[in-house]
Amino acid sequence: MNAVELSPYLVLILVGFLPNEIWRVLGLLLARGLDEDSEIVAWSRAVATAILAGVIAKLILFPSGALANIPLTVRVAAAVCGFIAFICIKRSVFAGVLGGEAALLIGGLLFAR
Amino acid sequence: MPAPSTFPSATAAFFGGLKSALTSVFFPVIGGTYIGIGALAHDFGFSAGWLALSSILVWAAPAQVILISALGTGSALIEAAIAVTLSAIRLFPMVVALLPLLRRQDTRLRDLLLPTHFTAVSMWVESLRLLPAQPRDYRIAFCNGLSVGLMGTATSFGFVGFYLAAGLPPLLAGTLLFLTPLSFLMSTARNAQMLIDRLALLFGLVLGPVLTAFDVGLDLMWTGVVGGTLAYAVQRLRETAT
Repeated sequence: MNAVELSPYLVLILVGFLPNEIWRVLGLLLARGLDEDSEIVAWSRAVATAILAGVIAKLILFPSGALANIPLTVRVAAAVCGFIAFICIKRSVFAGVLGGEAALLIGGLLFAR
Repeated sequence: MPAPSTFPSATAAFFGGLKSALTSVFFPVIGGTYIGIGALAHDFGFSAGWLALSSILVWAAPAQVILISALGTGSALIEAAIAVTLSAIRLFPMVVALLPLLRRQDTRLRDLLLPTHFTAVSMWVESLRLLPAQPRDYRIAFCNGLSVGLMGTATSFGFVGFYLAAGLPPLLAGTLLFLTPLSFLMSTARNAQMLIDRLALLFGLVLGPVLTAFDVGLDLMWTGVVGGTLAYAVQRLRETAT
C-alpha cells in the first residue's frame, strides 16, 4: 500500500493527524488533576525540553528537503553563529535567528554543492 | 517578565492573545518556516488545500516536513506514520506541563480540548512566557487567541510558499527550512532560566544526534527520558545540597 492508492486526505488523517495528535491527547489525560508545581510537571517540562533539543539537533545535522543541499559544516557553523549572536545581543531570539540565517546564506553561497 | 495584564472579558483576552501572536518573534519565524513547507509541499505534488488542512490538523512543523517528504518520496505509509509519531512525542510532556497553567479547579475537560490540540513548540514557548502574567480566569481565552494567531500565520504563509515554489532557488528554500531549528533553539534557550531547563537543552542537543548516529530505536523518546531525567536529577541534588 502506498500514498497514491488512498485519497491524500485520508492519508493526511491516518499518517499525519492521528500519529501526531495521540501524544497531545495522552498529555491531556495524564495532566488532569496535576498541579503546576508538582514534581511530575517539572520532570515533564525537562523531558519536553530535552526532546525538543534532540529535534533541533536532528533538524540541523540530518535535515530533509532543500536544507540537505547545504553542507553539514555550513549548517553547524551557522547555528553556532546564530547562538553567539543570540548571547551577545541581549538574548534576542530575533537577533539569533537573523544571525544564523545570514551565516547560512553566506556559507551556502560560498560552499553550496 | 511581561507586565501583568487585566482583561475586561474573555473576548478581550482572546484578542490580547491574538495580538501577542502577531507581535511575537514567532510571527516572522512561522511565516518563513511555512513558506519553506509550502514550497516543499508544492514540489512533492500536494495540493494547496491539503497543505492548509495539514497545518490545521497536524500543526507541528517538523511532523509536517517529515510527512510531506516521506509521502513525497514514496515511503511506505506505516514508515511515515512511525516517523511522524516519533517526532510528536515531545507534545506529550508539553501538554502535561502546560495544562496546569491554564486550568482552574472547576475548568471543564472540553475547554481544554482546543489548547491541547493547539500545543506546539511556538505556542508552548510563548504560553510559558506570557501566561503567568495573565489572570487565571482568562488564560484559556488568551491561549486560544495566541494559538489562532500563530496557526493563521502558518496557514497563510503556507499558501505564499506554495505559489512561490516554482521561483524559489534551492539555497533560499534551504534557508527557510533552517528557520525551524534556529528559532526552536533560540526560543528554548531564552526560556531556559533555570538550571534544569539549561541542562535539559544541553543534554538533548548532545543525546539526540548521538542516539540517531548509533541507530538507536525511538531515539527521541530516549533523548527526552534520559536527558530530561538527568537534568531533573541534577536540579534536585542541588536543591537538597543547599
